[in-house]
Amino acid sequence: MTTDATTTPARAAAPRRRVLAQAGFELGSLLRNGEQLLVSLVLPSLALVGLSLTASPSLGPGRRVDVAAAGVIALCVISAAFTSQAISTGFDRRYAVLRYLGVTPLGRGGLVAGKVLATLAVEALQIAVIAVLGLVLGWHPAAAGIAYAVLFVVAGTWAFVALALLLAGTLRAEAVLAIANLVWVLLLGAGGVIVPRTELPDGVGQAVGFLPSAGLADGLRSALVDGELNLLALLVVLGWGVVSTALAARLFRFDD
Amino acid sequence: MTDAVTLSGLHRAFGRVTALDGLTWAAPAGRITAVLGPNGAGKTTAIECAVGLGRPDAGTVRVLGSDPWLAGADHRARVGVMLQSGGLPNGTKPLRLLHHLSRLYADPVDVDAVAQRLGVTDFASTTVRRLSGGQKQRLALAAALLGRPEVLFLDEPAAGLDPHGRLDVWDLVAEQRDAGTTVIVTTHSFEEAARLADHLVIMNAGRTAAEGTPDSVTAGRPLEDVYFSLTRKGAA
Repeated sequence: MTTDATTTPARAAAPRRRVLAQAGFELGSLLRNGEQLLVSLVLPSLALVGLSLTASPSLGPGRRVDVAAAGVIALCVISAAFTSQAISTGFDRRYAVLRYLGVTPLGRGGLVAGKVLATLAVEALQIAVIAVLGLVLGWHPAAAGIAYAVLFVVAGTWAFVALALLLAGTLRAEAVLAIANLVWVLLLGAGGVIVPRTELPDGVGQAVGFLPSAGLADGLRSALVDGELNLLALLVVLGWGVVSTALAARLFRFDD
Repeated sequence: MTDAVTLSGLHRAFGRVTALDGLTWAAPAGRITAVLGPNGAGKTTAIECAVGLGRPDAGTVRVLGSDPWLAGADHRARVGVMLQSGGLPNGTKPLRLLHHLSRLYADPVDVDAVAQRLGVTDFASTTVRRLSGGQKQRLALAAALLGRPEVLFLDEPAAGLDPHGRLDVWDLVAEQRDAGTTVIVTTHSFEEAARLADHLVIMNAGRTAAEGTPDSVTAGRPLEDVYFSLTRKGAA
């Protein structure tokens, strides 16, 4: 042996530094990417402005801008944690980027941690933009519910990143692209995100309540409109997080 | 001479296809080992096992004394890898990528110097996705050198390069060896093997068909003749 492993100093950067480097790299890549910014920032902003200035579709009880802002924050989480993550991971897998990073000191665990951290950073940016825009439009979030809202954003990020990895780690990149976009549109239209499920037809609204999108958006509305913790919605989101994480851990393939 | 890399009795099957069938060879420390073999001989599978991307169904792999499948970040930092499949993120520019990757190491090389040396600076403003095959090879090689590796795995490093590019890569590989790095190069090129190898492995059908110094493997015959006699259909 040329080198004795027991006396060699650490050769890799510290774990925290590696994960932060990867998160910073992914965030930088995202901010340089016009289409991603469109989905992450422009579309949610348009949705908030559109909903605040019109009277339809019905958003149910509560001040319209308050209900809309909470739903749009849920939309931000879904676009950053699910759509954007699924597509980028799907193509990284196709082009062997996941394999390559797996042989660097970053490793597979560091890669996932970096992605989650980058996603949270994107969401912080999205929410900051939506908050400023919302305040301009007259949004009054319930101060008592802000901590609950943070809880839902974090739990929702977990569930949707796990779903994104489940999709990206099992299907072809083109299929991931198609499905991730389709799911985003479907959830936007009928997933109880922007239009609360109480405003959907009776049977549909009940069923939609079990979706992670509705769980997240219901939880955010309870928190930011009423200042309350919606435990049922939290259970739905956490349930999706547990199931998707277990499935992703079992089924995710790093090779295409 | 001690061995930095040992593969012993490796078996690996993908469904009904046997990729490795009792593969055994070793790479001596501080030397260049060239691994030759036809397509499907199992070269890439063997490298995957050696860098921890794959786990053999049976047999043992040791790299710098560790099992690469179980080894942690510090082990991976001691091993530089250039994969045939590339694996470099597509949407970024070469220098940004190299600077990022260098942050994963405690004591990386001077990124700009490596980039300059491999000519990466000539195409620094081109997105990775748009690089030519040869440019991607250079970038991947630069990336493999960032952590001052003790062992360097290069899967067909000169494939797709023009003659000048090949010569640059060969000079650089020899330089790494002279600095004490163990280098394992898979190749289809007899010229590359002849120029570089201190130690030669010829693989066929998932096994080692011949191994030793170039002189002991060829015994005075042209390398091509030895290779074809060992690897032609039916030779296994």
